[in-house]
Amino acid sequence: MSEWLENHLPKVVLAPSFIAVLIFVYGFIGWTAWVSLTRSKLLPKYEIKGFIQYERLFDSPRWDTAINNLYIFGALFIIIAMVLGLLLAILLDQKIRVEGAIRTIYLYPMALSMIVTGTAWKWILNPGLGIESMVQGWGFTNFEFDWLVNPDYAIYTIVMAAIWQSSGFVMALFLAGLRSVDGEIIKAAQVDGIPTWRIYTAIIIPSMAPIFLSAFIVLAHLAIKSFDLVIALTGGGPGYATDLPATYMYAMAFSRGDIGQAASSAMIMMLVVFAIVVPYLYSELRAKND
Amino acid sequence: MTDLSMPQSQTQTRSQSAVGKIALRWLLYVLLGLFALYYLMPLFVMLTTSLKSLEEIRTGSLISLPREVSFDAWKTAWSGACTGIQCEGLRPYFWNSVLIAVPAVAISTLLGALNGYVVAQWRFKGANIIFSLMLFGCFIPFQVVLLPMARLLGMMGIAGTIPGLIFVHVIYGLGFTTLFFRNYYVTIPSELTKAARVDGAGFLRIFWSIFLPLSLPIIVVTVIWQFTQIWNDFLFGVSFSQAGTQPVTVALNNIVNSTTGVKEYNVDMAAAIIAGLPTLLVYVVAGKYFIRGLTAGSVKG
Repeated sequence: MSEWLENHLPKVVLAPSFIAVLIFVYGFIGWTAWVSLTRSKLLPKYEIKGFIQYERLFDSPRWDTAINNLYIFGALFIIIAMVLGLLLAILLDQKIRVEGAIRTIYLYPMALSMIVTGTAWKWILNPGLGIESMVQGWGFTNFEFDWLVNPDYAIYTIVMAAIWQSSGFVMALFLAGLRSVDGEIIKAAQVDGIPTWRIYTAIIIPSMAPIFLSAFIVLAHLAIKSFDLVIALTGGGPGYATDLPATYMYAMAFSRGDIGQAASSAMIMMLVVFAIVVPYLYSELRAKND
Repeated sequence: MTDLSMPQSQTQTRSQSAVGKIALRWLLYVLLGLFALYYLMPLFVMLTTSLKSLEEIRTGSLISLPREVSFDAWKTAWSGACTGIQCEGLRPYFWNSVLIAVPAVAISTLLGALNGYVVAQWRFKGANIIFSLMLFGCFIPFQVVLLPMARLLGMMGIAGTIPGLIFVHVIYGLGFTTLFFRNYYVTIPSELTKAARVDGAGFLRIFWSIFLPLSLPIIVVTVIWQFTQIWNDFLFGVSFSQAGTQPVTVALNNIVNSTTGVKEYNVDMAAAIIAGLPTLLVYVVAGKYFIRGLTAGSVKG
């Protein structure tokens, strides 16, 4: 008996965690997928009725807004954070004296909760007392900056806060990438008299393609899951002008009591994440096994 | 003539390029400084606003220093601000977060260490598939498990309780903690395990006396990662808590968005700093490990 246990102990130790993941990840995804095919409203029903919830979802103007917002927010957030992160990394890569301190400053927002970030930016962007009144106080009395409460522009305030929070992290990724480029090649290029900017555009940046991919995956993943920041900054408003899929799902699940809609919107979110992450993970795992 | 002018013009361009280099260097530092100001500005504004009186906030500028430093807002934020009907400040919720984070971090780190040890050093058939399946769990948007988890917690009788939140954080932290330890233990030669087995050491003894003593750096990375994740969590906190068991992030959001009475911006800012302080402190003290966790969790995962 004890010999059997000793031989199988590794499996016995791993089993509880694995079973937990099977139930609470895969089982639960299955449950949500199932319920998304029913007419569940306040309580879940288990009789399958086809894709009726998905039809309702795609007909819903609120979901339409959420998806459009995800496009706008996702595209701007990913592009600007990557450009800014790369720029900061290149600037920091010039043998800067106080690099450690500067890096610490650029990266600290990543340690904060999105709720804290949202609270801070909500105050900064406050139309009556924030940046608007500050600039007006400088003499520009016609200056207007009411994006936070303007349904057409509120989504951009979320982009601003999200970039502040995450761009330092992208910088750290790129900086690690810049440092891993073969120093010999760069030296050879310098000896040949190639200007620094050409060394970056022709040698260093192209060799960092995998880092660009990682940064993209991380940022896209963050964008799709964005929830706390919207809640803290705009609460999804004005109206539902800044809804994202995550806030839509939450509203359906916990305040509207529409479990069918909550389940189907969660499934769409998962499909989007998987469409981005699965090819990446697959290629990563395969590369490691080779 | 030409013989003389040649070196002269050369030295001229050389000194010109030297001046250009110094100017470029200055520009570089100015740019870096401006970006540093951009990242520091919100923290500065939060801090100064929290030290001003409401009167001064209404009349003064966003970025001006407080004329009179007052800690009243901090006192209110800690023990008097309203999160709805209750007006006990952040204090009880801050302790809720501690009560959730400490056991959840400890349990998920310990399980991750054991799992990572098995997956990296005791490869049995199917271990790789099991690891891949667990890894995958790191990437799901948690919205997809919210509804069934809410029902399950209800059935288990721990809905809206702190043990319930600990349970949720342990489960959904397992993928990352296992990944961290697995990637660390994979670099330790398997000959070590084999030699120890020949000497008669068993599974747990090898873990306890060989692997655990080697693990300090990865334990620090994992603990920091898990602590930051759990302390900053909002989605699980808002979905699975009830009045009295909310974590600090949920309470902060309630304070900021509570509509009763006069809007006290200084209290909001003090509360935000208090809620952010623990993770900020961890970052300042152990930034190196924090960054390592971030990159390991995102790049390799």
